[in-house]
Amino acid sequence: MNTIFYIAAAVALLSTLLAITRRNAIHALIYLIMSLLSISVIFYILGAPFIAALEVIIYAGAIVVLFIFVIMMLNIGLEEELEHRWLKPRMWIVPSILATILLVEFIYAMKTLHYEKIESQVVLPRQVGLSLFSTYLLGVEIAGMLLLAAIIGTYHLGKQKKKVLHRFLPKR
Amino acid sequence: MVTVSLDIQILLASLLFLMGLVGLLVRRNIIFMLMSIEIMLNSAGLVFVIAGAHWIQTDGQVMFIFILAIAASEVSVGLALILQMYHHYKTLDADAMNKLKDKTTES
Repeated sequence: MNTIFYIAAAVALLSTLLAITRRNAIHALIYLIMSLLSISVIFYILGAPFIAALEVIIYAGAIVVLFIFVIMMLNIGLEEELEHRWLKPRMWIVPSILATILLVEFIYAMKTLHYEKIESQVVLPRQVGLSLFSTYLLGVEIAGMLLLAAIIGTYHLGKQKKKVLHRFLPKR
Repeated sequence: MVTVSLDIQILLASLLFLMGLVGLLVRRNIIFMLMSIEIMLNSAGLVFVIAGAHWIQTDGQVMFIFILAIAASEVSVGLALILQMYHHYKTLDADAMNKLKDKTTES
């Protein structure tokens, strides 16, 4: 298991380094996804399977997709050409190798790591849920209000401002 | 189970945080700056989960869930701000927004 940890750590460091040094935003996002996936493998072998799933679903799923949406929105009109230029086949080689390494590691970890045998040494999702909704109930409510504030703020910032000079003047 | 010492695990998280910090300071493209903030938040969450796994407590994972909520709201508001910035300035350079800069000190 320690070897898996070291390999996943190396993949995380390498892909993060590549992510912050890329010139192209889409390439950097692909390496960012690789970094998140390798940290997810680390979570899994640390005994936090629920957190590993959340990392993949929310970070690599939702947040990175938001980034991609914004990058596409900032280049309206030339998506086809940009997609061809951004996603050259050559560009996929390094991320594919890293992803294959992670997949092999993950399958090996799933084969060898049996949570029911080491139940006293890991924290399973059931305990996390119980703690979340008893000890940290106030925190959950505050997080809900934070998300509501984020929704309202994003809606307010994202809508196009209508320019009205005066209510009797014609709209431009 | 992982028996790597706690120092090395924390070292991994610190290196990731450092990379995010360097990216935030070096890059001027605002999308990259937001991505670096994501890397930093993620490494902070990694420290929480590592500590929670070390002491076999649930608190680390609960804190990671809160960090996830914070990261999601931060990135949505940040990206809306980036869209507004691009609307006004037609650029993604963070140095373009210098209207608040004191003109007398400008060289």
